[in-house]
Amino acid sequence: MPNIREEYDVVVVGAGHAGCEAALAAARMGLETIIFTVSVESIAMMPCNPNIGGSSKGHLVREIDALGGEMGKNIDATFIQSKMLNASKGPAVHSLRAQADKSDYSRRMRNVLENTEHLHIRQAEVSEIIVNDGKIGGVKTVSGAEYIAKAVVLCTGVYLKARCIYGDVSYYTGPNGLQAANHLTQSLIDNGIEVRRFKTGTPARVDKRSVDFSKMTEQFGDKRVVPFSFETDPESIQKEQVSCWLTYTNEETHKIIMDNLDRSPLYSGDIHGTGPRYCPSIEDKVVRFADKERHQVFIEPEGLYTNEMYLGGMSSSMPEDVQYAMYRTVPGLENVRIVRNAYAIEYDCINAVQLKSSLEFKKIEGLFAGGQFNGSSGYEEAAAQGIIAGINAALFVKKEEPLILDRSESYIGVLIDDLVTKETAEPYRMMTSRAEYRLILRQDNADIRLTKYGYRVGLISEERMNRLTRKIQLIDEEIERVKSVNIGTGSEVQKVLTDNGSTELTTGATLAELIKRPELSYDVLAPIDKHRPELPWDVCEQVNINLKYEGYIDRQLRQVEHFKKLENKLIPDNLDYFGISGLRKEAMQKLDKFRPRSIGQASRISGVSPADISVLLVYLESLRRKH
Amino acid sequence: MEDTIAAISTSTMSSGGISIVRISGPDAISIGDKVFRSKKNIKLADVQSHTVHFGNICDNGNEIDEALVIVMKAPNTYTRENIVEIDCHGGILVTKKVLEAVLNAGARLAEPGEFTKRAFLNGRIDLSQAEAVIDIINAKNDYALKSSVNQLDGRLSEKIKNIREMILNNVAFIEAALDDPEHFDIDANVDNLKNDVENCLNNVDNLLKTCDNGRIMHDGVRTVILGKTNAGKSSLLNVLAREERAIVTDIEGTTRDTLEEMINLSGITLNLIDTAGIRKTDDVVESIGVNKAKKLAEVADLVIYVVDSSRALDDNDYEIMELIKDKKVLVILNKADLAQVTTADDIKKIINCETVTISAKQETGIEELEETVKNMFFNGEVKFNEDVYITSTRHKELLKKADDSLKLVLDGIDNMVSEDFLTIDLMAAYENLGLIIGEEIEDDLANRIFSKFCMGK
Repeated sequence: MPNIREEYDVVVVGAGHAGCEAALAAARMGLETIIFTVSVESIAMMPCNPNIGGSSKGHLVREIDALGGEMGKNIDATFIQSKMLNASKGPAVHSLRAQADKSDYSRRMRNVLENTEHLHIRQAEVSEIIVNDGKIGGVKTVSGAEYIAKAVVLCTGVYLKARCIYGDVSYYTGPNGLQAANHLTQSLIDNGIEVRRFKTGTPARVDKRSVDFSKMTEQFGDKRVVPFSFETDPESIQKEQVSCWLTYTNEETHKIIMDNLDRSPLYSGDIHGTGPRYCPSIEDKVVRFADKERHQVFIEPEGLYTNEMYLGGMSSSMPEDVQYAMYRTVPGLENVRIVRNAYAIEYDCINAVQLKSSLEFKKIEGLFAGGQFNGSSGYEEAAAQGIIAGINAALFVKKEEPLILDRSESYIGVLIDDLVTKETAEPYRMMTSRAEYRLILRQDNADIRLTKYGYRVGLISEERMNRLTRKIQLIDEEIERVKSVNIGTGSEVQKVLTDNGSTELTTGATLAELIKRPELSYDVLAPIDKHRPELPWDVCEQVNINLKYEGYIDRQLRQVEHFKKLENKLIPDNLDYFGISGLRKEAMQKLDKFRPRSIGQASRISGVSPADISVLLVYLESLRRKH
Repeated sequence: MEDTIAAISTSTMSSGGISIVRISGPDAISIGDKVFRSKKNIKLADVQSHTVHFGNICDNGNEIDEALVIVMKAPNTYTRENIVEIDCHGGILVTKKVLEAVLNAGARLAEPGEFTKRAFLNGRIDLSQAEAVIDIINAKNDYALKSSVNQLDGRLSEKIKNIREMILNNVAFIEAALDDPEHFDIDANVDNLKNDVENCLNNVDNLLKTCDNGRIMHDGVRTVILGKTNAGKSSLLNVLAREERAIVTDIEGTTRDTLEEMINLSGITLNLIDTAGIRKTDDVVESIGVNKAKKLAEVADLVIYVVDSSRALDDNDYEIMELIKDKKVLVILNKADLAQVTTADDIKKIINCETVTISAKQETGIEELEETVKNMFFNGEVKFNEDVYITSTRHKELLKKADDSLKLVLDGIDNMVSEDFLTIDLMAAYENLGLIIGEEIEDDLANRIFSKFCMGK
């Protein structure tokens, strides 16, 4: 029987946040790309929290933007409230977070996809991957249609054998009642991919008209909004913002939960997937943190044209009646009406140690994966992997070297390295504390760190690259100048110092030295810096940060140097670890399983000791000398 | 560019007590210059390769020892890097101090087998010997690992664990708050943090002090003092304890019912284990004591047998001597103030040993005793585990690093530095302390954050 048979360069399975970035990257790199989704309406859907960014996640969005991705631009165009978190802390932990208008967000992304050259959208459920001799050949859909491709990117999110659960109700659908993908898992298993089951959950959405906001604390956005994308003009996004609201659970809430624990599928054993500890359901919180008298509940709007509000902090898989009862104990929610109830969702995903740092499967050439399918959680984590998987799928088709970002240059590098070298037992979430060089990996300098890579692969225009080169030049020149300007001890200088709560100078100092004082900054010293050139705000920001934290930054740079040395010592792909006498058995097995790309990566695998690394170094050196 | 490493590179106590501290790496010569004061006022940086120089080794301006220093410039050296070797002759304690001075001057303590590894990686050792190199690395690592863990005092590792707990809890709280600023507020926590860090710093300081007394290590030379009841073992210990040159430290809470003390005799750390008096007996309790003495004697590096010289040897003495005849034995003829019945010759007829005559009561013969022990040690008659000293140097290096990091945290707090900077030094202290007790750091922080703090949506 004749069936459809089409040929593409790249197939992307899934059109969530990972799939969108993957498909856009591949298509923008000039490759014929097709993206599959079970529902075109669900492209870039936000099935859980209505925001983008947050601590460390904001960093990821900036990095995606620097590489030429879409997420930053998309939220800049569709946010309804924005905040810079940790603004009073050091620059490394400043993080942007914006509330999105969910439907706007999804619609705009869909529009971008629809209007990208070389990109084709197809609504269909992919049921099989085609693999020939360890090489990907394309995919098949449930209808039997074949899509032949040189590379395939799996971004199936939470849809594989998805099962939604609340109370004793469970049904096999994806989020929001969308169709689950029930066939692909078997095909993956048949091709030697190990699959596991994770779980996550989401709180209820409620009707705004049933909420009494007078009993809650209003939470505003920042007066001055900072954009995510380095290409967004800050002036263009200053607008009226909507508020979020804060309220708390109480002992009555907790009592209802405890009284009904036996009806929770989490505790009755009906849920088997592993859930994240950092994003616990309210019943989990009440059980695990029994001494806590109350938990915060954030009431967040889902958009401008809907009355639905998201109950942040109260995800649950309790039966509907218990959900009603517990929500209604919360001040302001006494008469709340649920629009969509809370539920837990279980899904198939993989242990990402099966992937290389390029996000290509170690055992199937040309097959890539990104997003929640890889065992991560969060829109931003998904998008970050998506763009890398998409870029590397495209580079694979072009027969070029993959783009691999390391831990010292990006959060994306930390994220992927953690995923492929650590056997995480729960959905992986980004945190700034996971980045050992976070002082260098700031959200404010993501462009300086990564634009060059986006440019190299063809996602960043010549013009944008030139602008950045110019910016870097201005920063360097200004730092140089500020270091050489001796400010003297004139009365005007002393006045500026005392006005800012700083001590007067007894001998002259350079401007750079003054900037290091906690109470002073580059901006504050402007009045006594007579020959200061007119510079853009983002240049000034970099000058200030680089000088102010020079000591700490230099220390991390030295550590990075050491790190790079080990990172640049590459290990051949096909090394037979069992043939290296002197390695301990555990190390042999671990190294064989993970197949690290470099000595540095090998050293991060648990069970590989420093002595094993020495042995490996000696072995590699003897290999090198033999050739 | 590689860093510069240093270690004690000889079998430490070979002959005459000469030992070598070896420095290898790009900064070897400048580090050498920082610790070396030449008699002729020359700088190592200016000398020819492969030349020997005489002078003093100093740490922060304080002279430690006279030494010969050999300068060998890359590439014609064992590691193909610049090498400086310092020949010390003042015994193990002095050698340790020289090594510490070198570390203070900027070298890093070499990992086990690292010189050999470098020699190979830099092409100095033939390809055919690759496996031998791997064997050396493995053997040295296994040994170091074993000695590191074995020799670590149980209570010390408990203390380090407690310090690390306190650090980790603070970092976890800070990171939880930075990760989720709307759930946690750390602005009010500075005083608590400062308190905890000061507390940690005090504890680390105390540990550092004990390092120099050798107390950080459980095993020095394992020395057992045996003798019949009333032979004068306790008074001997007391005398040694009062000696100015000897540092005596009680080891509290020892699980054994033997008294165990550490005595630093002329730079040699002796672990003195005073067994209960031995008598041939049918009494159950006392026979337990005998068995214990036997066991201890078996594992001892040196047995000090105290004999009451005012009495004749009896069956019990013969039995004990039979027990220790294969060990390195020093017999002390105590009670020289009384009429002598048993002489050194009587003893030497029975077992091969050194003897010293003392009076613990009148404190005579003590100097001779020390001299004898020292000689037995330096002549190589008494073997000891030199890794003990190397490990303790490493522990000290790590404690120092932790100490420095914690001080930086306090400086930071005083300068109102934001918490996200403070955690850098807190984690550095945490990791260095972890290396002492051999704990992996694997995701400790993330686990602590998730288990202690209720995060997220």
